[in-house]
Amino acid sequence: MAKELIRLEHVSKSYDGNMILDDLNLSIHENSFVTILGPSGCGKTTTLRIIGGFETPDQGRVIFDGQDITNLAPNKRQLNTVFQKYALFTHMDIAQNIAFGLKIKNKTDAYIKDKIKYALKLVNLEGFEHRMPDSLSGGQQQRVAIARAIVNEPKVLLLDEPLGALDLKLRQDMQYELIRLKNELGITFIYVTHDQEEALTMSDHIVVMNQGYIQQEGSPEKIYNEPENAFVADFIGDSNIIHATMVQDKLVRILGANFSCVDTGFGINTPVDVVIRPEDVELVPRGKGTLPGKVSHVIFKGVHYEMEVEAGGFEWLVHSTRMAQVGDEVDISVDPFNIQVMNVPASEDEEAIEIDV
Amino acid sequence: MFNNRQTSRLLASPYIAWAVIFIVVPLAMIFFYGLTDESGALTFANVAAIARPENLKSLGLALVLALISTIICFLLAYPLAMILASNKISSQGIITTLFILPMWMNFLLRTMAWMTLLENKGVINGILSFFGLPTINIINTSAAIVIGMVYNFLPFMILPLYNALARIDDSVINAARDLGANAVQTFFKITLPLTIPGILSGITMVFIPALTTFAISTMLGGSKILLIGNVIEQEFTLSYDWNMGAGLSLVLMLFIIVNMVVTMMTDKSSNS
Repeated sequence: MAKELIRLEHVSKSYDGNMILDDLNLSIHENSFVTILGPSGCGKTTTLRIIGGFETPDQGRVIFDGQDITNLAPNKRQLNTVFQKYALFTHMDIAQNIAFGLKIKNKTDAYIKDKIKYALKLVNLEGFEHRMPDSLSGGQQQRVAIARAIVNEPKVLLLDEPLGALDLKLRQDMQYELIRLKNELGITFIYVTHDQEEALTMSDHIVVMNQGYIQQEGSPEKIYNEPENAFVADFIGDSNIIHATMVQDKLVRILGANFSCVDTGFGINTPVDVVIRPEDVELVPRGKGTLPGKVSHVIFKGVHYEMEVEAGGFEWLVHSTRMAQVGDEVDISVDPFNIQVMNVPASEDEEAIEIDV
Repeated sequence: MFNNRQTSRLLASPYIAWAVIFIVVPLAMIFFYGLTDESGALTFANVAAIARPENLKSLGLALVLALISTIICFLLAYPLAMILASNKISSQGIITTLFILPMWMNFLLRTMAWMTLLENKGVINGILSFFGLPTINIINTSAAIVIGMVYNFLPFMILPLYNALARIDDSVINAARDLGANAVQTFFKITLPLTIPGILSGITMVFIPALTTFAISTMLGGSKILLIGNVIEQEFTLSYDWNMGAGLSLVLMLFIIVNMVVTMMTDKSSNS
């Protein structure tokens, strides 16, 4: 595993008595694309601002490359930020914007000129040196903001919902651009977003946050396929989250029907939550599956049909390329390894997380 | 019925009538009086009268005092506007009220209040002598006029500066810090340049009324100190020489126009 670059230790932060971050511990490794994902108000931006130096934690420490930088001013940190609203200097042209950090560091004119050229090429804006920020589109402005940050050769680039203000098509293009940039630069990206699709597309490592706590972290595949609690399951993609009973190892009773699964170690007759992704629900002819149901809605979504099936008193969300008719009597069947079993929230605090969504 | 243009023309007509009667016509009359003699013959003598030593002295003094007042206003207003725009001060409302409140009082009343404060046997000297301190002789001096100008025109500097500063997004300041600039560099490279339009309009809003005032100089400068405004006023009210008064007004107007053109050009170049 790559070397650890940033470590947040027991970081807490509150504003006006509202706890934003509570005893947060987070470790970020060199040369990784880390996304902090969560709904608005979950503390993700505050976490980024603490790393960037724009906020000081009430408690805890920020360690950067082995050094405590908790109280270091932003201008003394070896990292740069790309802000949500671009934050370009409107009184300077593009070249001057990009040169800003280098001029502060007293680099030579020749060096600065080379860097501007290199950075503009990297973000596909060659020839834009003497344009003013106001004359650029949102996507172009964001590219300039990225260029302005990376010419300083930071070890870490912080990105605060940088694609939030762009339209869908542009956002998707920029996602690929960012992956390419990250690979070309070979530095660490810490990306903050509320968009789960963005997170899944770009990240090596996702940190899901809610209410100031880290809910789960891991690779995109792990977060998607093995959510640790109902919040993560619900926030990442569509899902069927159902209260169930773990009858014994590898057997779970969902809505009165016994399904085989692959999970063990929950004990005998333990209440659990199960997550089943819509694309993992199979509709089979009556009598061939586990739970009988009736199709209540069918919508064509392009790639697949989105269907709702009433079964065992629950509206199952089903994605399938094979269409069923409304009113069809079907059975629901799920492959054992597609049933993700999770512990039921232990405290009311955790329960609140679920209700809040 | 009406199309849009007709409707807006109709709605604008009361103001247009007002503007023609009370702005365009008087301006035309100033030009007429300023460029003619008593018999109505064309002459540049009234305008040229600015070259007389006593008039030049008044104009020079007015320019100097207006400049000093503008600089003082700027130096007082900028930090205050920064505090107001920062939003971090919970007493923002109180500060705003403190600066707006005097503006609700009549301009002449405010200036008269300064007379009572600054008089040789006035409030300030009263307090000084109560504590056995030497009294100051400030009424009827240029300093008193500057105090009056700064007091009266300061809000006109604060408001445009506040507007310009409030428009700067926090993230722009953060970006500068993020790119390695310390607080001082951030101020001179980002904050100050971004507020140039506000600074220019603040300067115009203070400098022009300060340059043309005659009420403040009359009340706080006594009859000893004549600014160009006083000279023009006296031509109209004492000498009844409307031609001379109008001629000198035209010279003053030239200074105002130059100031505005310079402001507009600087504003444009800072934006492009």
